[in-house]
Amino acid sequence: MKPQFKAVADHALLVTFADQICEDAHGYVIALDKAITAQLPEGVIETVPALVNLLIDFDPIMTDHSILEGKINTYLEGLNTHRILGAQRCIQVCYEAPFAPDLEAVASATGLTKDGVIKAHLAGEFHVLMYGFAPGYAYLSGVSDKIQVPRKPAAVREVPAGSVIIAGPQCLITTLTMPTGWSIIGRSPSRIFTGEPEHPFLFDIGDRVNFERIDLNTFDSIAGMASGV
Amino acid sequence: MRYGVSASGPMDRLAFDAAHAALGNEPGLTAIEVSLGGLSLVCARGCISVAITGGDFIVEHEGQKTNSWTVLTLTQGEKLSIRAGKEGSWAYLAFAGRLKVDGWLGSQATHTTSGFGGSSVRSGQSLVIFDAGTREERLGEIPSPGFATAGPVRVVAGPQDQYFSKDTFTKFASAKYVVTEAYDRMGMRLNGPKLNFEDALSIPSEPIVRGSVQVSGDGVPTVLLADHQTTGGYPKIATIISCDTDRLAQFRAGQSLHFMPISSKQAVDEVRQYNALKTEYIGRISVPRGTFEQRLMRENLIHGYIHE
Repeated sequence: MKPQFKAVADHALLVTFADQICEDAHGYVIALDKAITAQLPEGVIETVPALVNLLIDFDPIMTDHSILEGKINTYLEGLNTHRILGAQRCIQVCYEAPFAPDLEAVASATGLTKDGVIKAHLAGEFHVLMYGFAPGYAYLSGVSDKIQVPRKPAAVREVPAGSVIIAGPQCLITTLTMPTGWSIIGRSPSRIFTGEPEHPFLFDIGDRVNFERIDLNTFDSIAGMASGV
Repeated sequence: MRYGVSASGPMDRLAFDAAHAALGNEPGLTAIEVSLGGLSLVCARGCISVAITGGDFIVEHEGQKTNSWTVLTLTQGEKLSIRAGKEGSWAYLAFAGRLKVDGWLGSQATHTTSGFGGSSVRSGQSLVIFDAGTREERLGEIPSPGFATAGPVRVVAGPQDQYFSKDTFTKFASAKYVVTEAYDRMGMRLNGPKLNFEDALSIPSEPIVRGSVQVSGDGVPTVLLADHQTTGGYPKIATIISCDTDRLAQFRAGQSLHFMPISSKQAVDEVRQYNALKTEYIGRISVPRGTFEQRLMRENLIHGYIHE
């Protein structure tokens, strides 16, 4: 797979393997990320793996885009892109009001009933593809193509933490009150911030995730326990 | 950024570095970022020198009014206030000592949207400074960095400029944009010609950097700044070069700007030149100028020399 290189201002290089999400492209992203972090080229500060591309942030005093492009091409030769399966995690979701303001809209956009949308969501096999957007936001692949809907044209503000949101083939559980342009279909009481200094976030990239449906009462009792009420 | 946490830190990194340099502090210590809301504090105990930099804020200390870019000493019972002045959105208050703060993930910076990290200063809060000292040989005005020029905000096209037509990109590069009230540490929404694009609402979420100019589905560009989200699915038409993001961060609502596209190679050259000037400047202001008496003596000597 031959990537496309794109300069990002003076200080980063974006290495893109595909236009659309696909397992091959993500395999390359993860493998290249591992190879680079194992042996950081001179001047590289950080790498940020995403769905189809890897951002390489560097110090423009020490290196530049074309030097790095050359180095990355040598990393790409003989790269092992075999996917390594991570741990299985179960996340509980309550799909009831007031936690699912967009369930109706997703149902009408996809021609399903609300329950059909929920069943399709529960049937998905999810993988943690990357962290992004905000602290602890783990992007999951695996939303059933029956319920894939595009982003909204503009983001909605003040979306509560714990919201389960979808856009296209992606799903995530929000960890903060933040704006989002994705469709909000439920709320999870599960904690993504573990509170453990050595392992501050629940997911590792590559983990497998399944969702379990809970009702409002169960949600309240779990959320109540977590907050010590 | 790999766990979705932006690097955060000061909105204007040059002013922040200058505040520490002017006190002879090691670079990267914690300082307080003051927004347009201002800050006032009372020295409750002891005696400490502080540096104030960034923008053009009004600094009031014991009835004496100066502007930001100054070093002064606070003694017990004295009041210091920093208020929005003629221009600038962010001022920095650094201490001759170490500010006691909590850290997160090895940093004392504050991620404002989550509240993680060093945290924000609240009304009534006490600040504790370890190893507080005075820097009598450093008091007075700090020369402001003249090299941070006005002029257009320089950008490199992309990384998602392919979703925009040539005409739209030309519009972006030639039009005047105005900073709106929707401006905080996450980003700055701009008012100006709409930048429409096609078929990009389902692009895979891609990494974002400080300075990304992201265009939402309604065609409105937003510049993402220190507490930016680390990825996003809206296309980024261009990215502001690192030295110009600090300058832009000092803009206020209502101020206007133009973007100027340059090549990535030019961007690296510009940033290297800027960095050389910044290093020279920081080096220059970190040298103590002597106590008031020493400076008086030196100036008298020169005065005498001219007359002879």
